[in-house]
Amino acid sequence: MQLLVYDGSFAGILCAVFDVFEYKFKEVRLVLANTQSGLLFGREHTVITDETKAARVFTGLSKRISARALTQLRLAYLSEQADIAGILVHYMQYAFTSPTSVETDFSHPAVLSVAQVARKVNREKHRMEAFIRFQLTTDQIYYAVIEPDFNVLPVIANHFKERFADQDWLIYDARRKYGLHYNRQELTVATITFEGPVQAKNSSAVYDASETLYQELWRRYFNKTNIEARKNTRLHIRHMPLRYWKYLVEKQPVRS
Amino acid sequence: MCDRILEKLAILADAAKYDVSCSSSGSDRKNNNQGLGNGHKSGICHAYTADGRCVSLLKILLTNHCIYNCAYCVSRSSNDIKRAAFTVQEVVDLTIQFYRRNYIEGLFLSSGIFRDPDYTMERLVRIAKKLRTEHRFNGYIHLKAIPGASESLLREAGLYADRLSINVEMPTEQSLQLLAPEKKRTDMLHPMKYLSNEITQYQHDKKIFKKTPLFAPAGQSTQMVIGATPENDMQILFMSHYFYQKMQLKRVYYSGYIPISYDNRLPAIGTPVPMIREHRLYQADWLMRFYGFGVEEIVNPDYPLLDMDIDPKLSWALRNLHLFPVDINKADLSLLLRVPGIGVSSAQKIVAARRFHTLHYEHLKKIGISFSTARYFITTKADGFRERDLTPMQIKQQLLTIQRSKYRPNFSPQLQLF
Ligand code: SF4
Repeated sequence: MQLLVYDGSFAGILCAVFDVFEYKFKEVRLVLANTQSGLLFGREHTVITDETKAARVFTGLSKRISARALTQLRLAYLSEQADIAGILVHYMQYAFTSPTSVETDFSHPAVLSVAQVARKVNREKHRMEAFIRFQLTTDQIYYAVIEPDFNVLPVIANHFKERFADQDWLIYDARRKYGLHYNRQELTVATITFEGPVQAKNSSAVYDASETLYQELWRRYFNKTNIEARKNTRLHIRHMPLRYWKYLVEKQPVRS
Repeated sequence: MCDRILEKLAILADAAKYDVSCSSSGSDRKNNNQGLGNGHKSGICHAYTADGRCVSLLKILLTNHCIYNCAYCVSRSSNDIKRAAFTVQEVVDLTIQFYRRNYIEGLFLSSGIFRDPDYTMERLVRIAKKLRTEHRFNGYIHLKAIPGASESLLREAGLYADRLSINVEMPTEQSLQLLAPEKKRTDMLHPMKYLSNEITQYQHDKKIFKKTPLFAPAGQSTQMVIGATPENDMQILFMSHYFYQKMQLKRVYYSGYIPISYDNRLPAIGTPVPMIREHRLYQADWLMRFYGFGVEEIVNPDYPLLDMDIDPKLSWALRNLHLFPVDINKADLSLLLRVPGIGVSSAQKIVAARRFHTLHYEHLKKIGISFSTARYFITTKADGFRERDLTPMQIKQQLLTIQRSKYRPNFSPQLQLF
């Protein structure tokens, strides 16, 4: 068993694949740098992340699998699942050694895992496109806090950029401690340090005067559009999982 | 000021909720003007009500004042309720502010009839126009076309809206006469026909001239109230068929009647909403729109009612067992689509996959068909096995047993109905 120590980035994974072929490694396992993973089992090789190498692997890959499969790899990576780097390397090893396209060979464990994990991440991507709630700040920035299970911010950015082209917005991932800021021209990564815990709720010093009214209006609307005679809580929770409620305006108590 | 708008919203959202259409799909209007919003081809549901229905649009009435007195409607003139009306600007602000906060995909604006049809329609159009031109808004707009409104207003509505709808409400003329004597069916059908022609014209022009201005790109829809009047499923589905064929409607919605009135022409308050029947009608509707079924195959004078305990496709298959089993490796797509347990995407996958391999039952399970249902209706040369010589009744019993054990914990209150 060959241990590959990599830096956790997607480029790092591509470079690991490069090294696998360069050094003709057979059985590999990926470990993150700075973690003490059992060196008991085998030799250790440090993968140097190099953008040019990564690009070469990516280009090679894109000749062997479809754009759709490439997207799946990226989504699977964003799952941040502990073993995902190894799975991705196995997938790519298989893709590079097979004469035909492998992306629908679900009998291969890595191909199947990637498809399954990518599906889950994709589902959360859609949910975030639906459940993000912006609040207008006094600096006229539409601000949203999210805590998704997976790191979906990179894959939802374009949707919001196209849709909210004429407003400044910032979506902050409180779990991963970074955000994306759009200033009507371009997107930038934002890291913010908060004093104290991140506040999802309204605090009048930070938010525009109109904010309380529109949140209240939305809550009122949400409650009024329900039809009591058709109540179906099970269905409700299946569509809107409880873990997202914390940041949903309509699920906060109505002010008296 | 704030309190008044909160109250108005409460009243006018409450009155609009009985319209079941909420879809924001079918339009992919682009944000080309660096403005606000865009359309999403398959729509996005931003929230779900406690009854599990999706909320995708801000669905409100412009006003619940109405000069008519349709018995099935909460806004009817004889109903003693609080009345309210939004101004044009209020609706525009609500839409923009909700949209900017990512609460909604757009606006679904309907209205009671205030003064006369044109007066009402003119205001609906003004709101849509303001959103599109002053606010450069590209989100979804669904406008209710008011029966009796003039053609020039309908035309203008089509220029700004993604979808237009005129609710026929009652499946037959007789029911309409009974419950809404002031309304005429032709007042609904006439504008529907007009819009249908305009939409067809637009789709035709679009193919030739790239720059054709959009005209209701997501088409037209309508709604029928189910269970308020004695029509059977055959009458309802034949009506839908007519709308799809003759009016090119995109969707017909079925709204199980929610008793809201003590009027003795209508089911008493407390009568359960016919949810299962509504569900079966939607399934039948799908068969017509996506599975290539003719309406008379689903319901006909011998079978005027949909089965409540099994879905309409299974019901059809059991009445036509002589067409089965279908050979999975040979049957063409249209026949595969008729097999209970095989959906549109599985049928397509089967056709694609069998070019490479002869398919076995194991492949079919992986492709994702509902094998426990399909097994009664398919065969493959590759596997010797198939269920033989069962009567329709036996198949139905076996399938019901599986379904019940599977869903019992969840659906016990509904199952008591059977
Ligand atoms: S015309 Fe429309 S709003 Fe008025 S009572 Fe009839 S259904 Fe209701």
